[in-house]
Amino acid sequence: MRLLLIIVSAVLINNFVLVQFLGICPFLGVTKKVETAIGMGAAVIFVMTLASAITYVVQYAILEKFNIPFLQTIAFILVIAALVQFVELVLKKTSPSLYQALGVYLPLITTNCAVLGVAILNINYHYNFIESVVFGAAAAVGFTLALILFACIRERMEYSPIPKALEGFPIALISAALMSIAFMGFSGLI
Amino acid sequence: MFDSILISILWLGGLGLIFGAVLAYAAKKFEVPVDPKIQQIRDLLPGANCGGCGYAGCDDLARAVNSGEAKASACSAMSGDKLTEISKITGTDSGDLQKKKAVVMCSGVGELSKRKFKYHGIENCREAMIVMQGDKVCEFGCMGYGTCVKACPSNAIKIDPKSGQVKVDESKCTGCGICEKACPKKIIKLIPADQKVQIFCKSIRKGKESKEICSASCIGCGLCEKQCPAGAIKMADNLPVIDFEKCTNCGACTEKCPTKAIRKV
Repeated sequence: MRLLLIIVSAVLINNFVLVQFLGICPFLGVTKKVETAIGMGAAVIFVMTLASAITYVVQYAILEKFNIPFLQTIAFILVIAALVQFVELVLKKTSPSLYQALGVYLPLITTNCAVLGVAILNINYHYNFIESVVFGAAAAVGFTLALILFACIRERMEYSPIPKALEGFPIALISAALMSIAFMGFSGLI
Repeated sequence: MFDSILISILWLGGLGLIFGAVLAYAAKKFEVPVDPKIQQIRDLLPGANCGGCGYAGCDDLARAVNSGEAKASACSAMSGDKLTEISKITGTDSGDLQKKKAVVMCSGVGELSKRKFKYHGIENCREAMIVMQGDKVCEFGCMGYGTCVKACPSNAIKIDPKSGQVKVDESKCTGCGICEKACPKKIIKLIPADQKVQIFCKSIRKGKESKEICSASCIGCGLCEKQCPAGAIKMADNLPVIDFEKCTNCGACTEKCPTKAIRKV
């Protein structure tokens, strides 16, 4: 039950992009086409789930144990970067087709604030290992959902008559804001 | 105090070292052998990833060139010296280079050509085509909704805001041919880059009919065929066809054309 609550909360109520405003740059950067949004989303799901697990271990096996929790941020960045690099190397060898699909997006995620955010939130919420992994995966699913929805809207906007002054990014930002307001409506669901 | 500094340095440095070692080991262990020639060829290709060669981007073309599947001249944006350099790498002929440019073969836009109705839909030629083959009376002509402008990867195509004429900027056009495929009316054509004279009409209607619906249309009078000193123009289906091999770009045809449908690019 607790896990279900975590999932609903991470995907809808505390959606990473639209409510917590984490990972805004890929939200605007790779949402011009639904295809790229799906690619980025898949890569994020993959990395966030792994990162939640690894950073959990790093936090409790190293940082807490040796009384150096103030190194959290820097240690997490190091771990996530190394992890992404490692995954990329392995994928290239073992699954070229998956590597082709995720290719460009994997390195992009290395320094994504959403990934670092999920790692730090896991610790702040005092989740146990399983809860952390589930929260990581669910947050990434929420992230992907927001990306794909936004990409669909932007694809439609390409062919809509938009006032000249608002073409491109301005209208994208306005619609992002409206989407965000819509997602805020989920608060109080639980 | 000193302890905590030392512990921090040791742990973080240690973690960095471990990760570095693991990554180095993984890089060796999971190394995918890549032919160094592919990278060399890739570096010589333009890198615009336009896809005009028929392959999925420059990386894919480099792979195909290396395996002998394609010739480097498949890329129309290549320069001559780069082709010879690629030939040196692969040890085979890279094919002849003929630089091309795109031309929009219709000048009957805006007020010049009659419209069947007023189109209020999506600003896209392909969408506009759905309703009665487009809003123009002349079904061969350019509707001017800019599908080619959006398709062009090098921003070479512009619609003149005053006349509505679709123009290709020769200095930017790489001749990739993406616009040729994007145009639903098949008005855009690739011609040799040094070709100056071109016919700007696709209408195969007879002269009188053409004249009624579009004042910029070719009327199929055949004056250009008679004027051409090199014998490069032949009439077919009420339209002149220019033989680029024979054409000397002298411009004799352009002077006599009554509707200026044949003119210099």
